[in-house]
Amino acid sequence: MAQKRTDLLRGTLDLLVLKALSLEPLHGVGISRRITQITKEAFQVSFGSLFPVLHRMEESGWVEAEWRSSDNNRRAKYYRLTSAGRAQLKDEERQWNQVVKIMAAAVQST
Amino acid sequence: MAKRILSLFRNLFRKRVIESALDDELRSTLEVLMQEKMEQGLSQAVARREALIEIGGIEQVKEGVRAARAGHFVEALARDIRYALRRLRRNLSFTAVAVLTLALGIGGTTAIFSVVNGVLIQPLPYSHPARLVEVGLDLPGIKQFNWPLSRAEYVTFREQSRTFEDIGLYYTGFGGNLYSANVTGFGRPEHVPALGVTDGVLAILEVTPLLGRSFTRADDEPGSPDTVMITYGYWRSEFGSDHSVIGKTIDIDGKPSTIIGVLPQRFRFLDMTDLGILLPLSTQSLRGYNYFAVARLKPGTTPAEAIADVARMIPMELDRPVEFFKEARVTPNIEPLKQYIIGDIGGVLWVLMGGIGLVLLIACANVASLLLVRVEGRQQELAIRAALGGSPGRIAGSLLLESFLLAVIGGALGLLFAYGGLRALVAFAPSDLPRLNDIRIDGLVLLFTLGVTIGSGLLFGAMPAFKYAGGGAGTRLREAGRSVSASRKRHRARNVLVVIQVGLALVLLVSSGLMIRTFQALTHVQPGFTAPAEVETFHVHFPPEMIKDPERLLRMDHAILDNIAAIPGVSSADFSGAVPMDTGAESDPVLVKDHMLQGQLPPARRCFWVSPSFFETMGIPLVAGRDLTWSDIMNKRPVAIVSENLAREYWRNPSDALGKEIGGSPKDWRQIVGVVGNVHDDGTSQEAPATVYWPITDSDGFLDSPAFALRNTHAGTESLMNEVRRAVWSVDSNLPLYQVHTLDYYYSKSMARTSFTLVMLALAGGMALLLGIVGLYGVIAYSVSQRTHEIGIRMALGAQKRDVLNLVVKGGMCLTVIGVGVGVAGALALTRFLSSLLYGVKPTDPLTFAVVSLVLTGVALLACYVPARRATKADPIVALRYE
Repeated sequence: MAQKRTDLLRGTLDLLVLKALSLEPLHGVGISRRITQITKEAFQVSFGSLFPVLHRMEESGWVEAEWRSSDNNRRAKYYRLTSAGRAQLKDEERQWNQVVKIMAAAVQST
Repeated sequence: MAKRILSLFRNLFRKRVIESALDDELRSTLEVLMQEKMEQGLSQAVARREALIEIGGIEQVKEGVRAARAGHFVEALARDIRYALRRLRRNLSFTAVAVLTLALGIGGTTAIFSVVNGVLIQPLPYSHPARLVEVGLDLPGIKQFNWPLSRAEYVTFREQSRTFEDIGLYYTGFGGNLYSANVTGFGRPEHVPALGVTDGVLAILEVTPLLGRSFTRADDEPGSPDTVMITYGYWRSEFGSDHSVIGKTIDIDGKPSTIIGVLPQRFRFLDMTDLGILLPLSTQSLRGYNYFAVARLKPGTTPAEAIADVARMIPMELDRPVEFFKEARVTPNIEPLKQYIIGDIGGVLWVLMGGIGLVLLIACANVASLLLVRVEGRQQELAIRAALGGSPGRIAGSLLLESFLLAVIGGALGLLFAYGGLRALVAFAPSDLPRLNDIRIDGLVLLFTLGVTIGSGLLFGAMPAFKYAGGGAGTRLREAGRSVSASRKRHRARNVLVVIQVGLALVLLVSSGLMIRTFQALTHVQPGFTAPAEVETFHVHFPPEMIKDPERLLRMDHAILDNIAAIPGVSSADFSGAVPMDTGAESDPVLVKDHMLQGQLPPARRCFWVSPSFFETMGIPLVAGRDLTWSDIMNKRPVAIVSENLAREYWRNPSDALGKEIGGSPKDWRQIVGVVGNVHDDGTSQEAPATVYWPITDSDGFLDSPAFALRNTHAGTESLMNEVRRAVWSVDSNLPLYQVHTLDYYYSKSMARTSFTLVMLALAGGMALLLGIVGLYGVIAYSVSQRTHEIGIRMALGAQKRDVLNLVVKGGMCLTVIGVGVGVAGALALTRFLSSLLYGVKPTDPLTFAVVSLVLTGVALLACYVPARRATKADPIVALRYE
């Protein structure tokens, strides 16, 4: 599988993970696949980056983890957004949109 | 509640759980990936390899997770600490009061623990100190205990023992007449504290000299040159740490002696601190029962086995009169060396430790009470945090953190207090407090302080944390918004704290009250002498070879006496073997001619050897007969004087004792010419011993180092002592004066332990009273401020000032009375630990209990009255508008 060389902006990964979890609880591999999917295969998150982010979010109370059986009857750790996590997602989306607007304006200006 | 503590500490201690959960998670991730790839048609082995590649190194992932978690924890902690510090800074007066209260409590506890640690806990500074024992004899037949040994016992125990590795004798002198020697041969003549040791002693203590060698048995041989070892301190001060000192010769009491060794700096013999020289005790030179013994037990031997071993050897000795040891019923007296040095000081120290511990508890209760008030003010904030999803553990954690910070700051300041307090304490400690030099703040003390700090942080922090971290956010949001009248529940915790504080303060005040009563009782005991502050005493020391010429010694003593008696303002002067209460007087069997019982040993009596005017100088009244005269002394008349209690014991009436004969042996009878008042020679708390006063010339043991005494209103001043020195030196300019003390010094010393305990307990009691009352005042004042609204309504509805006053004071007094009740019960249970320190008062002394309870209640009333008065001044209109 070819590695996509697009670098993630700082802080973008948080937003992507929160977004990925916003529909339904997912396990680690699921989150990785979902991010690949919603970014139209632009981003491929490595597990070395993903797991630390997930655990940090768990400490911060944005996500909650729970062991349950996956689709094919294997036990896996599923992460679910908490209400604090949803609030955080809203926050980050707003900030992101602001950054995009400002950057777009900045790039277009001559 | 236990559950919350768990959730709080899981964060700190769940590392292992997290690790295994992380392992599980990665394993399951690997499996999910493999499954995915096998579904794409890869073989299991290839799928596994691909999956591993995609995860990108299990260990690296784990490391990343660990770093993220740790970083988060540290970050959160740092944020919480910053937040807590900001809160503490913003409320400086609260922080200052809490920190100071804690610092007092922790500092006091640390200081007293340093003493307990140095004196009772630290081992002696010798290797394998547990195997060292002190060996003496008990003579229950004549009521003498821990008697020294003589040569016979020494030789027998050394040669025949099955339990001692070795035994050595040492000689320190007795009581106020400690062993010492005049050193000449370089610089000015000096009188140096000395210690005599047989060759075994230093080896038994496993002391290796810093320079040169120790004494050996060869030094014992007759005809071998005289040798001396010097201590590190003496080597430094007198020889400037000169390494070529070994082999040099100094004159000790006129005898040239070769320095063979210098002792290491850390060497200390038992509890002797200013020792200068060590002299060899050769077996041939041992005379009489004058030597204490130290022995090292063989490995694996217990003191009990040593006692049995010595008991077996006691009948073996040859040169002891048979009937003596039969009648005296000689038994071994063996105790661990540390126990021997410490003596019975443990009781006092543990009592003080308990007392200061109570103060710390009160301090904690005080801070807890303050914290409760503060947290109550933060209810709204906490309720909002809880409503927004702050977990109870997290909120409790942040409250506890604040308490911990207070405790740590208080502990650090307390350590500073302890350091300063310890210096004052050591300076003020009674001189019979053993191992003073071992008292310091060491690792164990620091550990103790840390433990106490954390413990008190938990103690006073737990209450607010548990109370306000948990559920009921809705109620509290509502309740905190408006200041409705206090519900009973809200005040219960603080009320309990106040009751505890008042109770503990009462226990401490009763203890110090009992010590005050003891001190009073002791000072009311007439010691037997009068105006001891006007009696100056000192010793001189003639070189030992002059003993061979007692006539000349007596002439010189007499000349000194004449000179000091001629000093202006001196009303009376004398010299004697010992001074009352200086612990220097001996106890010897005394025969009474009319009361000889066949085959029974005469009881031992306190014996003084005195010159004429001894009684006048000391202020001991003559009850019957006359004083000794110089003509008695010069003509060697067989006379003696006895104390009143001795005279009454045999003849009922003191004047009937006159003319009766007593003596130290059946061949040596002396006529009683006078009866004098009883003297509490063993200290005021002890019965006055029956005492015999012999003419000073009856013993050759005192003329060479007598204790002079003179009565003068300027006693204790340097100017008088200068005159005294001139008077002594005009007889012999080489005579050093030592042990210069007033009689009052020995008198106070006999009560030093009581006054030390008294002052320490009174300090603790004072602190307890202050903290307890501040606590009570705080609670009442706070409840008044909370009830301003309610009081306003009451007054608007027609309540009079008196009613309001009653209302508030009644609340406070109710708590006080319960506290006093609890305290009285506690004190009744606890004061019996004091009983060994008390004199003339029972541990349950009703007067002390009553007075202390009344005083405490009175002060509490005042503490309630002040805020109550403020409440009555409230303007109903303002009060109703309040908030």
